[in-house]
Amino acid sequence: MKFDTPAGTNPIDRLQVVGQPTDRIDGPLKTTGTAPYAYERHDVAPNQAYGYIVSAGIAKGRISSMDTREAERAPGVLAIVTTLEHAKPLPLGKMNVAHLFGGAEVAHYHQAIALVVAETFEQARAAAALIRTTYARSDGRFDLAKAALSAGYEPIDDEAPNPQDVERVGDFAAAFAKAPVTVDQTYTTPGESHAMMEPFATIAAWEGEKLTVWTSNQMIAWSKASLAKILSIKPENLRIDSPFIGGGFGGKLFVRADAVLAALGAKKAGRAVKVAMQRPLMMNNSTHRPATIQHVRLGATRDGRLTAIHHSSTSSNLPGGGPEVAVQQTKLIYAAPNREYWLKLAVTDLPEGNAMRAPGEAPGLMVLEMAMDELAEKLAMDPVELRIVNDTLVDPAKPERRFSQRHLVECLRTGADRFGWSHRQAKPAQVRDGPWLVGMGMAVGFRNNLLQKSAARIKLGGDGKLTVETDMTDIGTGTYTILAQTAAEMLGVPIGDVMVKLGDSDFPASAGSGGQWGANNSTAGLYAACVKLREAVAQKLGFNASDATFAGGQVKAGNRSLPLVQAGPLTAEDGIEYGTLDKQYQQSTFAGHFVEVGVDAYTGETRIRRMLAVCDAGRIINPKSARSQVIGAMTMGAGAALMEELAVDKRFGFFVNHDLASYEVPVHADIPHQEVIFLDYPDDKSSPMKAKGVGELGICGVGAAIANAVYNATGVRVRDYPITLDKHLEKLPAIA
Amino acid sequence: MRAFTYERATSPAQAAAAVTQQPGAKFLAGGTNLLDLMKLEIETPRHLVDVQDLKLDTIAATEDGGLRIGALVTNTTLAADARVRRDYGVLTRAIVAGASGQLRNKATTAGNLLQRTRCPYFYDTNQPCNKRKPGSGCAALGGYSRQLAVIGTSEQCIATYPGDMAIALRVLDATVETVAADGRTRRIAIADFHRLPGDTPQRDTALEPGELITAVTLPKPLGGRHVYRKVRDRASYAFALVSVAAVIQRDGTGRVAFGGVAPKPWRVEAAEATLPEGARGVSARVFADARPTEDNRFKIPLAERTLAAVIAQAKA
Repeated sequence: MKFDTPAGTNPIDRLQVVGQPTDRIDGPLKTTGTAPYAYERHDVAPNQAYGYIVSAGIAKGRISSMDTREAERAPGVLAIVTTLEHAKPLPLGKMNVAHLFGGAEVAHYHQAIALVVAETFEQARAAAALIRTTYARSDGRFDLAKAALSAGYEPIDDEAPNPQDVERVGDFAAAFAKAPVTVDQTYTTPGESHAMMEPFATIAAWEGEKLTVWTSNQMIAWSKASLAKILSIKPENLRIDSPFIGGGFGGKLFVRADAVLAALGAKKAGRAVKVAMQRPLMMNNSTHRPATIQHVRLGATRDGRLTAIHHSSTSSNLPGGGPEVAVQQTKLIYAAPNREYWLKLAVTDLPEGNAMRAPGEAPGLMVLEMAMDELAEKLAMDPVELRIVNDTLVDPAKPERRFSQRHLVECLRTGADRFGWSHRQAKPAQVRDGPWLVGMGMAVGFRNNLLQKSAARIKLGGDGKLTVETDMTDIGTGTYTILAQTAAEMLGVPIGDVMVKLGDSDFPASAGSGGQWGANNSTAGLYAACVKLREAVAQKLGFNASDATFAGGQVKAGNRSLPLVQAGPLTAEDGIEYGTLDKQYQQSTFAGHFVEVGVDAYTGETRIRRMLAVCDAGRIINPKSARSQVIGAMTMGAGAALMEELAVDKRFGFFVNHDLASYEVPVHADIPHQEVIFLDYPDDKSSPMKAKGVGELGICGVGAAIANAVYNATGVRVRDYPITLDKHLEKLPAIA
Repeated sequence: MRAFTYERATSPAQAAAAVTQQPGAKFLAGGTNLLDLMKLEIETPRHLVDVQDLKLDTIAATEDGGLRIGALVTNTTLAADARVRRDYGVLTRAIVAGASGQLRNKATTAGNLLQRTRCPYFYDTNQPCNKRKPGSGCAALGGYSRQLAVIGTSEQCIATYPGDMAIALRVLDATVETVAADGRTRRIAIADFHRLPGDTPQRDTALEPGELITAVTLPKPLGGRHVYRKVRDRASYAFALVSVAAVIQRDGTGRVAFGGVAPKPWRVEAAEATLPEGARGVSARVFADARPTEDNRFKIPLAERTLAAVIAQAKA
């Protein structure tokens, strides 16, 4: 189905199932521990052996030698695969920057250099410790601030007028110089780790030339192509299956070393092999959100109208890697006649930087929205009003291009009202509650809605039950449930009559889970398949498809009605493809974030007291799972604002805090009452579902709202995230 | 993890003898720290002597009005004991500030005293660490040291003692009772139990090889207000940046020990004289010899401010 004109009225608009708060259909599996995650799939292949990953102990250099003799003699060892068996690195997979295995070169710390396969996990682990590796270390570049001095320009997006340089509109320098009120500050955000609960994990088994991998991956079609390329096998000989995923956050968009090593280990051992990446390797072996150094300069009139915006960001990556696109959203949020944006990329030899939940926007808004708070203070203007004054309903770069929907002002006004924003003291450090300095902060959330083609198959069984098949993934987001809702709505059956099967590369290719595009596109793809099934049903039952209605298990037209079950068995397959509606209209999602914090006046510890997000993200397919997505993202934003930081050892070139004890993410005690309000405006430009992404919106801007609340509590502005107590302790008001 | 042999001891002296006789042997109690370290091959015992059957799991009153806590009393049991809650509140508060419910159910009193540092370089076997591998160097010096010690360190090691319970025991002047392979017992003051690293950072405590902790005794109750304040980046399940254990009397006098700042629970009795005048004087004296890094310099003002919070709380 081609979607190239705005959606009219369709069966989804009945909202009998779609739009209703619906429990996860996979919930019982999750809560009883019976959802089969990759490492637990004991039943899929017989005689599974265990693989244990050996990783590089240096950040940069070359392996001089690997002695595996002792390990080979260790009890239970079946095979050892070493990187030196390959003269050079295996081919790169799609969007991988660092190669995953092969060759003597070490490009980053904890790069995989061997896999030990044994009868038991304990035997593999014990033998792995017996491999003796010697290295020739070379000097590396591990300091972003230093590397930034020689960074080069990078394009901000595909449409940049001059991709290798600065994007300019008007005369920023002149306008900024003339502006009566200005902000001019540098900010930093640290590297962050996905730190998902389930590590990378794969079981691999060969049957002749054919390889099956049961793994944990967000993007099945990408990963099938990538893994085939890495292993130099034909894609048709590869099957990937990933029905349950214990968190990914972008870390599982791409093939990782677990899948490659499990395949190589299984080949060499002649057995099915399972590999889970050890937790201490997760931070350095894989990808992370890159650290940034950002500069924002804002110029405004005395009544708060922005006249000049500069936002620039420098990040680093391994050679061949990309930048963190932290300035992209700034081009679309606020209008000013004079604008200037650039991105720079430095080369370092730290592990690969890549996508993590809301890449670009997450760190970009942490900075932009702190700068806006600083501007509001200088203007003596309410921070909410400052945003409202500078709202735009068109793409500032192309004023003829409107937003498909933009209710940001309503998000802000609703949020301010519901949060009790009017009680905020504009002057910081005024509110005490016992030992707590109390403050409120807000920020705008913004994240684009991306349209990606997506396909699905739907089967009507002889028993009247529906089965959905697509390679779409549920990374904890609720995808199973919204697909079941979609099919139930379209065919007029109870949700309990729909079975959803996901994550198998033998199923039609979907949009996958990433960039908050999964929900809208995968349900739209299924919508298309359901339209086809309705046509097939109508034809079989002798209805005119355009007249037929599907409700209560019956197909009706005029005064004729037949049970749906009579049409089975039938199968239909289709997908959604998009025209240019996302070119004609800017499609984005919006939020107003409001936060109250307490900062301990003695110790400087920040504890969040209340959080509210008001979200404008199209039709909300399942308010229950959407709320879970938003509060989860708000929690992740709290981590980014207050504690998460990959600590770099600039001498040895690695992230030092590479486990979950030392890389702190929020625990339950850190997260207080969270409230989410959805405005629920269907967007007919986004898809027949009229839905948009919401899974990343919750993290976008919330960090700045927390930071602004901390400032409002303390009067101390910390511009280097995370805002840990050491950064403001000695500037806090004197203690009695 | 290296292969190891395993036995279950039948008496404290037999356990001590078993560990003394077998090279590379260690005691195993709750295992919440040792087993993790074995999986990472930071600890590589060749033989484990499991002490769980030794019936050292009771808390009893002593003749001088204190308590004798068996070495195998779990953290959960100890923290919940009515006598401890009534008379030694600082100890209950310190214990529940640490780890998680599940870990406290398994962790023992003696094992908690013996938990090893959480220095990230100690945990990464690719890195030099004098505590893990004597003579290999210290990667933490000049490295990421935000969590590490500001006082009591040496050129060989700046690791922090990570626990909470021992900070409270230090302020209570507890005593550690042990038995050796030949059946001899000794009593070690908690002040002398943990060692400073000096040139031998691999030795965390005063225990001799094979010496087994049988109990920890508390002197008679001190009265006063018992406070344990643990400062950390997240609200739970994190090691202390700084912690303060204090027992403060109505007249403002009292005792105070600091955690998260040194290789052992850090208490300077001589500094306590000025406690009634507030945190500043005490802190200045306690940390007079501090040698912080750029990363952890903040711990010194943080310790002072945390003590001020504790004093305010005791007065309230």
